[in-house]
Amino acid sequence: MTTQFHPFVLPFTIGAAILFCTIIYKFTRWIQTLDRKQYHTAKRTFMTSDIFPALWKMIKDIFKESLLHIKVSKINRRLGYMHRSIAFGWFLLIVVGLIETIIHFGFRGHAPWTGVFYRFFVYGNNNIVQQVFATIMDLLLLYVLSGVTMAFIKSHRPKTVGMRKTTVLRWSDRLLRYALWSIFPLRLLSETMTATLHNNGGIITQTLGNLIPLQVAELLEVPLWSLYSIALCIFFVFMPYSRFMHIFTEPLLIFLKSFGVKESKQPTGFTKTELSACSRCGICIDVCPLNNELNINNIQAVYLLRGLRHGLAYRYAATNCLLCGRCVEACPVGIDIDAIRLQARNKKRIDLRNNYTYIKERPFNAVGRVAFFGGCMSHLTPNIQESMKKIFQAVGQDYWIMDEERTICCGRPLEQQGFSNQAAELRRKNTAMIIESHATMLITSCPICYRSFTQEYHLPIKVMHHTEYIAMLIEKGLLSPEMSDLRIAYHDPCELGRGCGIYDEPRQVLSTVGTLTNVPLQRENSLCCGCNLGNTRLQSTQQLKVRDTTLNNLNTDHPDLIATACPMCKKAFQQSTTQRVADVAELVAQQIKNIES
Amino acid sequence: MKPFGFKIATTHTIIVDDKPLDTLSPISGQVPTFRRCMNCGGCTATCSAAHFTQFNIRKIHNLYRWHQIELPKKELEKCMLCGKCTLVCPRDVNLRSLIIYMRRNIDALKKKEEGEQ
Amino acid sequence: MDTPKQHIVVIGGGPAGIVAAAQLAKTHRVTLLEKNDKLCNNITNKFKLFPNFADADETAAELIATTKNENITVNTSAEVTKINRADNKWEVTTDKDTITADAVVIATGYDIFDAHRKEELGYGIYPGIITSLELEQMMKSGNVVTRFGDKPRRITFLQCVGSRDAKIGNHYCSKLCCVTAVKQAIELRKISPETEVFLFYMDLRMWGQGFEELYRQSQEEHNVHFVRGRISEAASTYDGRIQIKAEDTLIGQPLKMNTDFLVLMVGMEPSCGTKNLSQQCNISGDYGFAASKTPHLLDQTTEQPGIFLAGSCKRPYTLSDTINDAYAAAAATERYLNEKA
Repeated sequence: MTTQFHPFVLPFTIGAAILFCTIIYKFTRWIQTLDRKQYHTAKRTFMTSDIFPALWKMIKDIFKESLLHIKVSKINRRLGYMHRSIAFGWFLLIVVGLIETIIHFGFRGHAPWTGVFYRFFVYGNNNIVQQVFATIMDLLLLYVLSGVTMAFIKSHRPKTVGMRKTTVLRWSDRLLRYALWSIFPLRLLSETMTATLHNNGGIITQTLGNLIPLQVAELLEVPLWSLYSIALCIFFVFMPYSRFMHIFTEPLLIFLKSFGVKESKQPTGFTKTELSACSRCGICIDVCPLNNELNINNIQAVYLLRGLRHGLAYRYAATNCLLCGRCVEACPVGIDIDAIRLQARNKKRIDLRNNYTYIKERPFNAVGRVAFFGGCMSHLTPNIQESMKKIFQAVGQDYWIMDEERTICCGRPLEQQGFSNQAAELRRKNTAMIIESHATMLITSCPICYRSFTQEYHLPIKVMHHTEYIAMLIEKGLLSPEMSDLRIAYHDPCELGRGCGIYDEPRQVLSTVGTLTNVPLQRENSLCCGCNLGNTRLQSTQQLKVRDTTLNNLNTDHPDLIATACPMCKKAFQQSTTQRVADVAELVAQQIKNIES
Repeated sequence: MKPFGFKIATTHTIIVDDKPLDTLSPISGQVPTFRRCMNCGGCTATCSAAHFTQFNIRKIHNLYRWHQIELPKKELEKCMLCGKCTLVCPRDVNLRSLIIYMRRNIDALKKKEEGEQ
Repeated sequence: MDTPKQHIVVIGGGPAGIVAAAQLAKTHRVTLLEKNDKLCNNITNKFKLFPNFADADETAAELIATTKNENITVNTSAEVTKINRADNKWEVTTDKDTITADAVVIATGYDIFDAHRKEELGYGIYPGIITSLELEQMMKSGNVVTRFGDKPRRITFLQCVGSRDAKIGNHYCSKLCCVTAVKQAIELRKISPETEVFLFYMDLRMWGQGFEELYRQSQEEHNVHFVRGRISEAASTYDGRIQIKAEDTLIGQPLKMNTDFLVLMVGMEPSCGTKNLSQQCNISGDYGFAASKTPHLLDQTTEQPGIFLAGSCKRPYTLSDTINDAYAAAAATERYLNEKA
């Protein structure tokens, strides 16, 4: 029996033990501090047969994202390779090392650290199995090292891996990054020394080992293994307080998400999990319009999450954001950044209840009619409402325009600025109005309202965006607008597209009245008009800059006009171009020829 | 000599010099566009809340300029932050931001006053 | 005069172009180019002129009469497409031919703001919302009636549409809408005394001679109601009238009002010709207007030797300003030609 102990294993063992305890402690705390709704959602999934698909999804996602980094690869293949080689490579090193140890010592016969320092302890019996394993381990180490090399290059020249900007790290993160990077070269060197002395290396370590004089190897073997162990120890002990905590947190996040847990209005254990699951990869920086157009590069999700996690200043980062959702779409970990941002915007002290007692509901009987809620903004774009009236008349649909005379807001703008209580009060008022009217359906032409009605209200009737409604009418054959030779560029409003996932309906409708032109950045990747209500910080000149890029993107293929489905976007574009900007409904109404009025 | 003349219980005049200037100074930095208003009243005309209640953002912000914070404190809470005012303003005043900051500043001021008492 | 006759092209057949041409034609040969089929369109589309209610057509006719001069060739329906420098001279290309000139006077003038861009004001959506120019034409035809054929009970003016508005990027004041609205209000009250007239303004800028008097007269003699506030929304009512929302800022109260016509006092913008030509000659200034060298002493001269500016291609100008400026432009051109010769 070979001995399995040497003093240098102590740093590693102690470090690993501390890490293990910290993680158990943190995970327990986080799961304990889930709020009631999150807890019940998870429990419901756990108790029913939903558990099997949830588990399967979890395993699949952990494999795909934590190890293989499929989403990162989609953004850039080199970047994906870098992440994959370190994560998956290291994972395989551990697994294969463990298998090797078990084969040699049996299940019970090995110490917890043996797999890590296997080559130091096991030599002498150079059978074929041993050699194969040594070679596999060598190749895996090489795989990881290639990733580390790329990470090193990326930190200096992000462009090489397809990123324009990379995260500016804190000193502690930087220190730990060097600890991580040094682990693998140290392991290579240590194994090389042992291979010189005992001839137990694989292709690479043995080849290198043969080049080293025996005396040098004797002198350096133990110090190098010790350094290797110390590097591991440093990494393990400080990891829970650094960005590398994402290594273990990401699987937990995937687990919680697979069981249906979602971000809530107040910070919970789930929020903490998300904060720690951010690897600060910086992908959110590259997609942010504020970074790209205005060079504001300290407010992106990565900095907000870091500020929140470490108790640094975060207010500015929380408020100066368009809430366009491009980072949410791009985040490889799937962190609900916008929800966290809204939590961070919470204005507890001035977010009062009963502010709107002056609003008295005037019930309206709308039995058998559809209710149309134009939204505040559409009062400034009367064309949309007029077009909808024309469409309702064309299909003989009775309608009730909820907010024609007096209007109250849907509450989302308040919600976006961190006034949850006030927003809830407005929602209650609108809900009461809608329920008492007995309308059959609610149609809104404003994506901001639509998002609120579908995601924040709990209405008993169907809610449709007007583009969905028109698409339905056309599909059912109730409405057949005439085709024209207009070439139309469609702009996806942030709240409708990324916010609610409605991309196809407006396009279906538009393709019945004209030809859609090619827009390079569209659907999930579409740009923001710059006027999103989410931001109160930007100056109008800055909004203009954001908007100009968006307009250039839309005008790539020289369309006759720009179509959109949001009064806000429409207004924004009208301000900076003399080109025609029209709502989807306007174009349809314009092309309805067979109506007698 | 004994003071003489008419006695007024509370004056209706704004005594500008009585008020500390610090109610105004932070907002100029927080919302620089604050200074641009030319009082056209477009904001109030379009305001959703103004059609239900006395809330008048143009007036409120002028009161704030004169350090009168009692009415603004009460009235600003009625705003729904829908942003129509910002969208019609011909001088591009960032009214939504202004409203939030006025509320926060007044709140901080009140807190300070309470602390002093 | 002993100076040889030189050739000058004047682009734009409005008052500025005509006055400059007539002035220069005393000593030189002038070609006057106009893209429309007749001269002085921006005068003849008016009814009466402020401040003295002079007839627009008569004024235009008098101006046009000055072009009947053997030294002036008037080319109407000739739109300039290109200007380029050709050794010390300028080549002006129209859609018909190319003319070589010793000097060029640009007098391409203004266009009115496209009110469709202010969608909240409902122009082009609701009948009854018209521009000041459309009202002028209605009065000219003597046919001020609603679309139902009735005399309007109430007409409302709104100032500063497309001027002083950061939202559409025009920060400047168009300078003459204030007095135009007052003039139109008076005319309306004269034509139809039973019509109530309201005028919404942000500031009334009665800067010229006789303007303030006109304002006073409109209040005193014609009972025009002035409201200080900007209309921010207009919509139609059930009976086909227009409902407007504004604030009377002097009492601090929002108000709603029904009216038969909402007249948008559209501001001045550089015309297409002004934008194109100033861009081509590299003398483009703010908002697309043409830029002169300095605003005081060299206001008719440009960075391009031999190119001169007259009238409202530089900035909003009234008719009197325009005519004065055209004389100055002619003088500057004359000076340049003398120095060159």
